[in-house]
Amino acid sequence: MSHNIILRIATKVVVPFILIFALYVQFHGDYGPGGGFQAGVILAAGFVLYALVYGLENVKRVLPPSIPFACMAIGVLLYSGTGVVAILNGATFLDYDVLASDAIHGQHRGILWVELGVITTVFGTMVSIFYAVAGRRGVE
Amino acid sequence: MTDLVDVALLALLALTGISLLVLRNLFAVVILSGIYSLLSAGLFVTMDAPDVAFTESAVGVGVATVLMLGALTLVGHEEKKPTRTRILPLAVVVVTGAVLIYGTLDLPPFGDPGNPIHQHVVPRYLEQMPEEIEVDNVVSAVLASYRGYDTMGETTVIFTAGLGVLLLLSGIRRRSRGKEGAAE
Repeated sequence: MSHNIILRIATKVVVPFILIFALYVQFHGDYGPGGGFQAGVILAAGFVLYALVYGLENVKRVLPPSIPFACMAIGVLLYSGTGVVAILNGATFLDYDVLASDAIHGQHRGILWVELGVITTVFGTMVSIFYAVAGRRGVE
Repeated sequence: MTDLVDVALLALLALTGISLLVLRNLFAVVILSGIYSLLSAGLFVTMDAPDVAFTESAVGVGVATVLMLGALTLVGHEEKKPTRTRILPLAVVVVTGAVLIYGTLDLPPFGDPGNPIHQHVVPRYLEQMPEEIEVDNVVSAVLASYRGYDTMGETTVIFTAGLGVLLLLSGIRRRSRGKEGAAE
């Protein structure tokens, strides 16, 4: 698909907005529909779209396969780490009440970290799987 | 009006499903299954579940379609004619479908506030959430806080599934064995 100039230009214009939209979905999850799962998939979709149009090699220069691969594990660590921090502060696992001076802010902080863990794992998994499938014989 | 939307969506779903069965061109099948997901997402919106619709349209329409297209480049675009008869698979599908439909007869009526799911913990979540968590989207509060364990499990499932796929597909073994399979 790399020879089509309309696709190339449209992709160049659209990809930044897809990435910003993913962050919007992530951080607006407290107020509207959305959250870590959806945001992670949208973030991955931005990179996948770029890879489809500009080729796998160009995306791998921006995002080497080791980064999404590490993200898969980092996300789960962030999530469970939030639970462990709650334990260290004297509460039960994943009880966010103690993460800030008062319970409501603790809840907000806990949800923020947990959602960060979710977006990281989902993004890493989606991009890694795409790399694995597409890398077997380039997306041409 | 909403009935009309429901009927239209379900009719299109059925139409898409039937064309999926008939078509032999796998490229068309992949695109149609993306359309199927998009129609399901529309159906979820009419059921007032925008979070689910969001996930369905992002995963089912976007990423799944792309991954299937990636797989298509490996297996070719035409489905082979089946060599054996399809009586047994048909029987299995019909029986399974009949059992599932029989199972739905026992379900509580859709949208009834007296349903068990609305009587168990949901009223407590809805009443206590503004004081305990104070987040505008109840779904986020339930997912990330009240059901934090479940969501952690889901995240771990995604991680494990991704790891499994990578072990199968990434060709780590080929590379470590030397140059013979290093066709990247």
